[in-house]
Amino acid sequence: MLLFKLAFRNVIGAGLRTWLNVVVLSLSFVTIIGMQGLYKGMQYQSEDAMIRVEYAGGQYWHPKYDPYDPFTLEESHQPVTGAARRAVEAGDAIPILITQATIYPQGRVSSALLKGIPPEQEIMEFPSEQLLRTDHAIPALIGTRMAKANRLAVGDYLTVRWRDANGTFDAQDVQIVHIFSTIVGSVDGGQIWVPLQHLQSMLKMPGEATLITLKQEISEPPVLPGWDYKGMDILMADLREMVASKQVGGSIMYFLLLFLALLAIFDTQVLSIWRRKKEMGTLMALGLTRRQLIGLFTIEGGMYGILAALLGAIYGTPLIVWFATHGWEMPEMVDDFGFAMGSKLVPSYSFFLVLGSTLLVLLTVTIVSFLPTRRIAKLEPTDALRGKLT
Amino acid sequence: MIGVTSMNRIGRAIFVLMVSQLTPLLNGQQQPTAKELLQALDDNMVAENRVTVSTMIIHGRRGSRSIQSKSWTQGSEKAYTEYLAPARERGTKMLKVGDQLWTYSPATDRIIQIAGHMLRQSVMGSDLSYEDMMEDQTLSEMYSPEIVGSEPVDGRDCWILELTAKNPGITYHSRRVWIDKERNIALKETRYAASGKLLKEALVKEVFQVEGRWYPKHMTFKDMLSTGEGTEFIVDSIDFNAEIPDYIFTKAVLRR
Repeated sequence: MLLFKLAFRNVIGAGLRTWLNVVVLSLSFVTIIGMQGLYKGMQYQSEDAMIRVEYAGGQYWHPKYDPYDPFTLEESHQPVTGAARRAVEAGDAIPILITQATIYPQGRVSSALLKGIPPEQEIMEFPSEQLLRTDHAIPALIGTRMAKANRLAVGDYLTVRWRDANGTFDAQDVQIVHIFSTIVGSVDGGQIWVPLQHLQSMLKMPGEATLITLKQEISEPPVLPGWDYKGMDILMADLREMVASKQVGGSIMYFLLLFLALLAIFDTQVLSIWRRKKEMGTLMALGLTRRQLIGLFTIEGGMYGILAALLGAIYGTPLIVWFATHGWEMPEMVDDFGFAMGSKLVPSYSFFLVLGSTLLVLLTVTIVSFLPTRRIAKLEPTDALRGKLT
Repeated sequence: MIGVTSMNRIGRAIFVLMVSQLTPLLNGQQQPTAKELLQALDDNMVAENRVTVSTMIIHGRRGSRSIQSKSWTQGSEKAYTEYLAPARERGTKMLKVGDQLWTYSPATDRIIQIAGHMLRQSVMGSDLSYEDMMEDQTLSEMYSPEIVGSEPVDGRDCWILELTAKNPGITYHSRRVWIDKERNIALKETRYAASGKLLKEALVKEVFQVEGRWYPKHMTFKDMLSTGEGTEFIVDSIDFNAEIPDYIFTKAVLRR
């Protein structure tokens, strides 16, 4: 206890030098916690949006379907029969049919995915009901990204060319009946949604689907023979990897900040030991062992961390709470990141996130404070009293 | 007078009627059947062996560019093309054997098989897709023909032949071909989707006679759904029934 009191008095007594270290370290604290919260918030927000809009309770894929390989689309379709059909009829699942198509917006040639969805579905938070509000032979739904990329507006006719199940070319004009705005880019970019029955008829694939999306409320996904179930661990794997990689990239910045703070603490410790040789000699003469002396200096260093945590909490807490409440306005370019991010990013801070980050910084500060004190182990009291450091 | 005039008129009317009734029969004797026309067209276009040097002019949004190539063709199943110019494309090769297609790029020194979705991509940015090149059946094999009329194209009298796919799975559900009545060569062709939408159009601008058969010298091929100006093909030279060694149609030739 004596050592703590002594250390506290020394730290406070050092004045400006202490407060400079504490301020820099507290900035690291707040930045680390803030950034971690941002990444967590980004992940939660994206996952939540993707579940609501696209994945719901998980998906069943045709065994040959690979969303990253358009070559597989030609063969990834099969009739929805047996248990799958019963699930669809019970309203527990919806079939989705996907094919490659060529579109001709303003006479330009471009590739797109043509997706068929039951307009009356309620499993995905997706405005498919808009496909019912038209008299046009083939109503189509696109997202804002698709509309922007191809300069399409509601009411426009778009020529779409595709190959049917037999491989014969077919082409029709579809009418854009609605343009939806979603933060989930994976249901928007390069995609045209049409009523499932229309697409089945266009492709000569009656009753067929490429994948089946399960209702979110179903806790235990049933086994559907002929379909491979993909849970959130698979569907979200890419997103989670992407967040992790962004986190690594972002951590460079706050590790740099932490490194600067630690360097300042290390420097302060080295300087303290050099300037306080006579004080150390006196303390040893008064009966303090070398180990206690090392402890004293390490505690002094560690106290920078504690003070920084307290200072960080004073100005960081309202800042973090404000961000967590109001969110962070995102620029338009985040649409290209591949994340399901809205116009606002709301950070997510958990108790364990704050505690973990604080402990990590405190531990690092303590280790850095301890390192220069090892020289004290070799210190002779008589040399120290004379101001010598061997 | 009136009676004589009336008689003359009646007589003339009967004569006109008789002639008009006879004309289709006379024409019928001269008019080939649709199948014969299509067969003659196939016979004219498909040769046992053919070596062609041609230039493709691709009209794009940022101007036009020409690509010269040399092709070795055997029947309608085997074809090998080597690009000669410009320098950027020189050495690029393409081999088609049956329903398989490979390309070789000297820049990457890699052979890539074109399959699935890649077949829909355009060849060198032209209006022609790889799948257009993959047709290895003659028109007679793929389509049921019907003569639907006659019409001049560029001053040449042509039969209009409507072709409807015999089986599902043929790339274009129907086609319309304008065949020169004298030369058995198609001067115009339109290709349609199953819905009847016009997809592509080929127009022959110039023909030439080589080894007794008429062949397109200069033609344009256009994707009718896009607003581009299409792609021109000019045959610089052609040699029918040339000797083509067997190794030409093997994958090994791509890296030679």
